[in-house]
Amino acid sequence: MYAIEVDHVSRIYQKYSARHRFQTFKSALVKGDLFRALRPDELVTALENISLNVEKGKTFGVIGENGSGKSTLLKVIAGIAKPTRGKVRTEGKVSALIELGAGFHPEISGRENIYINGIMLGLSKKEISAKFDEIVAFAELEDFIDAPVKTYSSGMYMRLGFAIAINVNPDILLIDEVLAVGDASFVPKCLDRIDDFRRRQKTILFVSHDLTTVAKICDDVAWLKGGRVQAVGEPKRIVDAYLQDVAEKQEKDFEKRRQEPARVKEEDRDRRENRWGKREIEISRVSLKSLEGKGKNVFSPDEAMVIEMDVAALSRQQDFVFGLGIFNSQGISCYGTNTNLEDYEPISIEGEGKVVCRIERLGLVNGTYYLDVAAHKKDGYPYDYHRNLYSFLVSSSWKDEGIARLLHRWEFSANIKINPPKKE
Amino acid sequence: MARFFRNLKELYKYRVLIQNLVGRELKARYRGTVLGFLWSFFNPLLLMIVYTVVFGFIIRPRDPAFNQSPWLYALFLFCGILPWVWFSSSSLESANVLMIHGNLIKKILFPAEILPIVTVTSNFVHFSFGLPILLVFILIFGKGYTAYILLLPLVILVQYVFTLGFSLLIASLTVHFRDIKDILSNWLTFWFFATPIVYPMSFETIRSSSLLQTFLNLNPMTHIMQGYQNCLFFGSMLRWKRLGVTFLVALILFFIGSTVFDRLRDSFPEEV
Repeated sequence: MYAIEVDHVSRIYQKYSARHRFQTFKSALVKGDLFRALRPDELVTALENISLNVEKGKTFGVIGENGSGKSTLLKVIAGIAKPTRGKVRTEGKVSALIELGAGFHPEISGRENIYINGIMLGLSKKEISAKFDEIVAFAELEDFIDAPVKTYSSGMYMRLGFAIAINVNPDILLIDEVLAVGDASFVPKCLDRIDDFRRRQKTILFVSHDLTTVAKICDDVAWLKGGRVQAVGEPKRIVDAYLQDVAEKQEKDFEKRRQEPARVKEEDRDRRENRWGKREIEISRVSLKSLEGKGKNVFSPDEAMVIEMDVAALSRQQDFVFGLGIFNSQGISCYGTNTNLEDYEPISIEGEGKVVCRIERLGLVNGTYYLDVAAHKKDGYPYDYHRNLYSFLVSSSWKDEGIARLLHRWEFSANIKINPPKKE
Repeated sequence: MARFFRNLKELYKYRVLIQNLVGRELKARYRGTVLGFLWSFFNPLLLMIVYTVVFGFIIRPRDPAFNQSPWLYALFLFCGILPWVWFSSSSLESANVLMIHGNLIKKILFPAEILPIVTVTSNFVHFSFGLPILLVFILIFGKGYTAYILLLPLVILVQYVFTLGFSLLIASLTVHFRDIKDILSNWLTFWFFATPIVYPMSFETIRSSSLLQTFLNLNPMTHIMQGYQNCLFFGSMLRWKRLGVTFLVALILFFIGSTVFDRLRDSFPEEV
């Protein structure tokens, strides 16, 4: 029994050219081509022949780069956009969290907006009255509920939007990236509610760039690329494949940029994002691998990670340091080191070579991480500095928090009865 | 045709939403004003005062129907202006309504027709707030009430359907041709004077020119306005044949408006 069936769906957007945009009703009448003017000039294919089935009670993730058709797919399933070809069938009440608080009227109170928004999302007045207190409590807006919505902060606005949408109590919940804007205390609360949904065997379609969450909460993941389904399957495998693809693309971009002559103008140098230095020693390639030497972007905390840098010195250098830094998605430095800090004494480098850093056990908690690598002088003068150019994901079934997963073991005295975790 | 009725049925399911949106529209419009809802009374009153001063006292009414009385003339004006304001502000606001609520169309699943319907309906509510003033004026300056006043709902129905059809057409076309807004405001001024509102059909210039008469009779708003004037001002029977044809025209316009709206519906999320 499928909750969502997407059957060979294509969605073609009609794009009107600039000429058309400036066309006026008058000129259309004068030229007598009113109906031609209403026809699109250009067609953009956002989804191409997509077929997906989501089983009832499953949480299904959709990942992909910007413009890969994720949001369009969601809108087609929600019924907001119609498929140009193909069919979508859904079982039960659908609620889409595409933009929180869409349809709030700024001049009227939060209370009135809850009613109107609730009705728009398909609730009856009675149902809203029954859930009203719960909505207000969830949004933490008890003191402001009678103030006009225009006086709300963006956080309050979003909380109210989410609280209404989640209380619609649909059979199928479609979530599009809405959690990206929440503050640190509200997002876990939302995730709790989503968890609650899953426990009650409701179907969720989850579109997100937050790969950690996708890998954690989804039963299956589809990866969209250029409007087509690139792969469907087990979350970790798909996320890994996706990250590999992103890494390859980054590498290609990198390669292209390397072909261009290095710009050395002083003022230019600082402005170049993410990479600077005159490249007397160049880091031409960075790859993340498993201990067996297989390219990899998703790691578990207990795994080893091998960072390989291909380096090349145009001329012989005697003062050099290689370093790396790992940052989490909040920009907090999780670990940083370099050869100088660890008292390696440089002697010389010339021509091409390889620098490998083996991390025996990664030991980080779930999350997306960014990697800095650099070659510089002891005094800090950069040869080649790559800032946040590489990323990887740590994913495990443990939900522990913080930065590092410290090696630890629990022990209990005999009078405490406690079950050990089930092995995966 | 089947699709037309299916859409109507779908809209019926959304009646609670329409009701609430109209309520919201009315509340939001006067929020922050000192007089609040009273503006629904004051707006037509002030407008009428302007017309009474200009057309009643400065340019004296020449038509015998008014007995040289500026007050009687003001009453006649009011019978036409009140429904006209309903019609003209509905269509002007409908020209913008899809763009203003663009994020609704893009993010929430609901039939977009609701937006112009809400516009026309909330303007109707304003119109009905003005009606008591008109009724009081009839008692003070006019001939008092006649039984024909009971036929007023029929005239209102014809105008409602006509306004709705026109607004749906305007709303959907403006998404693609933004300059309709500007054309419309000028067109409405012309239309206002091409409708017997500031002058009666019995005006001597009109009576002596059959061309002018034909022209005015081709304007559906003429018959709607005459309906109001007959029920309220002259206290005479509605001209059933003319009003009947106008109702038919209104239904056809409503059908055309809904169909054009429906045909263009899929382009709204990308264009608004």
